[in-house]
Formats: sequence, C-alpha cells, structure tokens
Amino acid sequence: MAVLKDVEKEKLRQLFQGLMEPVTLLLFTQETECQFCETTRTMLEEVTALSDKLSLTIRDFVADTNEAERYGVDKIPATVILGAKDYGIRFFGIPSGYEFTVLIQDILGISKGVPGLSEETLTMISAIGTPAHLQVFISPACPYCPSAARMVHQFAMASDHVRGDVVESSEYPHLTVKYNVSGVPHTVINEDHSIVGVLPEKDFAREILKVLGVKWEGADVSVK
Amino acid sequence: MDIETFALDASVFEESKELSTGETYDLLIIGGGPAAMSAAVYGARKTLNLGLVTKDFGGQVGETSAIDNWLGFQSVNGRDLVNQFTEHVRAFGIPAKTGGAVTAVSREGELFRVTTVDEGRYVAKTIIAATGKRHRPLNVPGEREFLGRGVAYCATCDAPFFKGKTVVVAGGGNSAFTTAVDLLKVGAAVTLVNAVKGWQADEYLQERVRQSGAVRFLDNHEVSLIEGDRQATAVVVKNRLSGNAKKIDAQGIFIEIGLVPNSEAFRDVADTTATGEINVDCSCRTSTAGFFGAGDVTTVPYKQIIIAAGEGAKAALSAYDYLLSRGFI
Ligand SMILES: Cc1cc2nc3c(=O)[nH]c(=O)nc-3n(C[C@H](O)[C@H](O)[C@H](O)COP(=O)(O)OP(=O)(O)OC[C@H]3O[C@@H](n4cnc5c(N)ncnc54)[C@H](O)[C@@H]3O)c2cc1C
Repeated sequence: MAVLKDVEKEKLRQLFQGLMEPVTLLLFTQETECQFCETTRTMLEEVTALSDKLSLTIRDFVADTNEAERYGVDKIPATVILGAKDYGIRFFGIPSGYEFTVLIQDILGISKGVPGLSEETLTMISAIGTPAHLQVFISPACPYCPSAARMVHQFAMASDHVRGDVVESSEYPHLTVKYNVSGVPHTVINEDHSIVGVLPEKDFAREILKVLGVKWEGADVSVK
Repeated sequence: MDIETFALDASVFEESKELSTGETYDLLIIGGGPAAMSAAVYGARKTLNLGLVTKDFGGQVGETSAIDNWLGFQSVNGRDLVNQFTEHVRAFGIPAKTGGAVTAVSREGELFRVTTVDEGRYVAKTIIAATGKRHRPLNVPGEREFLGRGVAYCATCDAPFFKGKTVVVAGGGNSAFTTAVDLLKVGAAVTLVNAVKGWQADEYLQERVRQSGAVRFLDNHEVSLIEGDRQATAVVVKNRLSGNAKKIDAQGIFIEIGLVPNSEAFRDVADTTATGEINVDCSCRTSTAGFFGAGDVTTVPYKQIIIAAGEGAKAALSAYDYLLSRGFI
C-alpha cells in the first residue's frame, strides 16, 4: 500500500529538481520485516522513485552481517544516506512525522555537498580530531526534535570524525533505558554525555569539543 | 505507536528573502504562530512592505497532536496545520528571519527599532507583537535538575516514555487534563495535583478523565519539591490548607500550570498587565501608537488558535489603517 500522498509526491518532485550529485539510500531490514521495516521500505521506495538521481539499496540485516558491520548498523530498520561517500548519517527507526522533513533535507544537503552550517560552526567542527558518536533520540510527534536531528546529520556531514544517528525512541525502549531518556530531543555524545533539548549550532559544537577535551574559547556550556 | 504521517514541511526548503537591516519596513511582525502568520497574510494582501522575525514557525500549534476546533477540519494534526499555514505565508514571498528571537523593541521618533538575539537590527513604521506564550515553570527545587529525566512540559513529545509508570500532572485546566488523557493512553498511573480548589478544565474533558477511573485527584495541593537520583523518583506536595506535606512516588511529572507571555522584549514600548500580557483594545492597539499586539501574548480573552488567527488579521488591518492615517503609505 502506498504511504505517500500524491500532494507530497508532487512537492518532493519539485524539490528534487534541485538535486545535483546522486544519493543512495541504504536500508537495512530483514526477511521477516520488523514492525516498522515494511513501512520504512515502502516510503523509501516511493521517495527514491521520484528522481533518477536517487536510488535505494536494500540489505538483509541478518544475511548481510558484513555490510551491517561495515556501516555500524546494529538495529533495524536502519537507513544510511550515502553521497560522494559515507558521511556517517543514519536513521534508526522509521523517519516519519517531523523527521520525514529531516530525511529530505539530508538528501538535498548531501546531493549538493553542503552541510548548511555557519562558517564559525564549521571552523569549530574542524577542530574535532577523534571519533564523536552523536545519537539523538526523538519522537515523531515532537516539534522540537527535527532541529536536533538535522543538526547531528549536518555535523556528521561536516566532519569525518562525527557519526550522527537519529534514533526513534519508541522502537528501541532498551536504549532509552540504557541512556536514561525520558524526554526528547535527547542527544547522547560518546555514550556517557547527554544534552536534553536543542542547542544553537555553535553551542552544540562547543559542547562536543568540551566532551572530546578540545580546548576552545568560551567552551562553558554545562553538560548533564 | 501509530505510524505518523509522511508530510513535508516545505517551508524549510524555500529560500525566503532575507530581512534587510538597511530597509524601513511598513510593518514588521514578530512571532511565527497563528497570530503572526495570519497577520502576514493580511499585511501581504494590502501590499505592505513587510517582514517577519521569529524564533520558529508554528508556535504552540506544533505541540498539539489533535486539534478538533479549527473550522473546516473535524480533526487535524498540529504539524499538518502548521505546514499549511507556513506554505500559505511563504507563497507571498515575505522576507523572513527565523531563529531570530527578538530581545528588544524601542521607539525612535516615528519609527521602531527591533533587535534580535544575534544582534540583527531592523527598522519599521509599525510593529505587530505576536510572540505568544511559553510553559510556566513551577520554580521548585528539582525542576531544572530533572528536566528530560522525569520533568516534562510537552505531552505529545514525552508521554510515550511513561508507559506503565506513575506520573504526576501538575495543573487543573485543559492542558493538564489533556496531558492526563495522553498519559492514560500509554497506561500510566496518573495523579492530578492542582494548587487551587477544584478543577478548571472543560466539563467534557473532566468527564473523560474521571470515567477512566484511573486517575487520582488532589486539589488544594501545591508541588514543593521533585526528588530523584539519575531520574525523578518522587514529587512532594503540600496541602495548602493544613500545610501537611506528602510524598508521591512518581517517575515523572508533567507541568501544565499555565503559560507565560513572551512579552519581555516589549516592556519599554507597550503597557503590560501584572502577568505580562500586552494590553490591547479591540482593534489590537496598545499604549503606543503604531505598536500592535495579537494573539496569546495579549490581553485578548480565550487563548485559542482561531482567536489568535483572527487577532492577527485584525492587527494587520489596524496597522494598515494607522499607516494610511499617518500618510506613511
Ligand atoms: C499543548 C497545547 C494544546 C493546545 N490545543 C489547542 C486546541 O486544540 N485548539 C486551540 O484552538 N488552541 C489550542 N491551544 C492554544 C493555541 O495553540 C494558542 O492559543 C495559539 O497557538 C496562540 O497563537 P499565537 O500565535 O498567539 O502564539 P504561539 O502559538 O505561542 O506562537 C508564538 C510564536 O512567537 C515566537 N516567539 C516567541 N518569542 C519570540 C521572540 N522573542 N522573538 C521572536 N519570536 C518569538 C514563537 O517561536 C512562536 O513561533 C493549545 C496549546 C497548547 C500548548
């Protein structure tokens, strides 16, 4: 059954006219599809059918363990967005509700090759020299979440050291317990640092630098 | 979880015209909720040279799951309604600055100067303040510490985390009861705590919550402390008559005790009430000629989407009349 309305498809078609470089969406699912795997696959099939610059590759999480490992995929459904390279941009869970727009922003950003961050933020991000794993927990109905979700993907695009995961909280209750998430957006930096809520991009960059122990003038935002 | 819809917020993709610092606008609208967006549509249709400065688009509507009282829709999801509003506004090509919280507005001769948090400065002949409201905090110990770790203000966002848990909802009005309904849906055990006597929510909402038989009601009690370690574990409430305190074991507390007007930036140009609402007359005029107010940030009775949208329209038409009467356009 189709999941995208015709009116949305039309809007997407117009937006996709601005696509430049090809973008591949890599979906990890499994033969007996998980609760939201099928809808995620149908949605991605419909989205990628709207432009010949877009393609969808489907991988079996159980059968293609090497591939899953290569992309750091440890749960499904997982959507990896690939452009000229793997920037480290991931959705775990269905990108629906407010996050659907983030998926489309990511596709356009990757295709154009621009993260869309300010010069000052990019300079700060360039100081990141060690791995930073950013996991932002979201709910599809939360209006504050898409800006946090988009930001971790922009950061991932801007730095080879950053991996940005958007995690749909309700699909992975064990992770919300593990990371003590009971409000969204909630961003986990390298397992043991958390930010609740949304920070402006410069403050977010400063926060990451602080967690990584990189000295930067004005790195004074508190971390919980 | 229901599968949420796949609807695009097309506004984030459109390159809106930049708001210019060198220009003197006929009208600058501050805010991005229904009041501001409706004002923008009316202002644009009068072909005013106008601009919009806002923190974000949508305001409180974006936080609402189901809206059952917006004319023409028996029920509409807040996000979808915001998408339709923003698309309508963007179609006029109005220069807009988003992410730009206004920190001050001052009067300079016949003009107004608007300053944003990132030091943007804009000049206009008239202003419409439509900055709405934000959640009122309890201001009790533990509230800040446990934010996102038990303390929540947005039921649409966070109710699912309290599946099967014990939760306190502070408040006694429509928002508190709607939150209780959202929490009951996920199987939470709810205690409603109201600082005043009785309950102020609409009768039908109260009925719905009472019928569930799963909610404890505690009026005349105020929350005095939120306790916990990694996560909130208890809420201490005090009986306002006897002064006795009691501890309610709870993993969460939703704070729904009303809203505070976002009017701090306008205190130098417009009279406000003791609670911070901008005083407006029935044409949305304030104490300063040329400075108008619309929607929840003002004294207009009944804070609703349809009322905010109506007020926005009225404010834009008032601003237009003012500009004409002064020979500004
Ligand atoms: C959970 C919830 C459920 C609700 N349900 C309903 C319902 O079912 N039906 C109904 O009719 N009403 C409902 N309401 C009320 C309704 O949402 C409001 O009355 C309405 O949104 C008010 O519109 P507004 O434009 O005046 O303000 P808001 O919606 O508050 O919008 C204010 C805007 O101004 C921006 N802003 C704030 N400060 C600044 C600043 N300093 N500088 C620049 N921009 C700023 C904000 O970012 C926002 O975009 C609900 C409210 C809530 C919180």
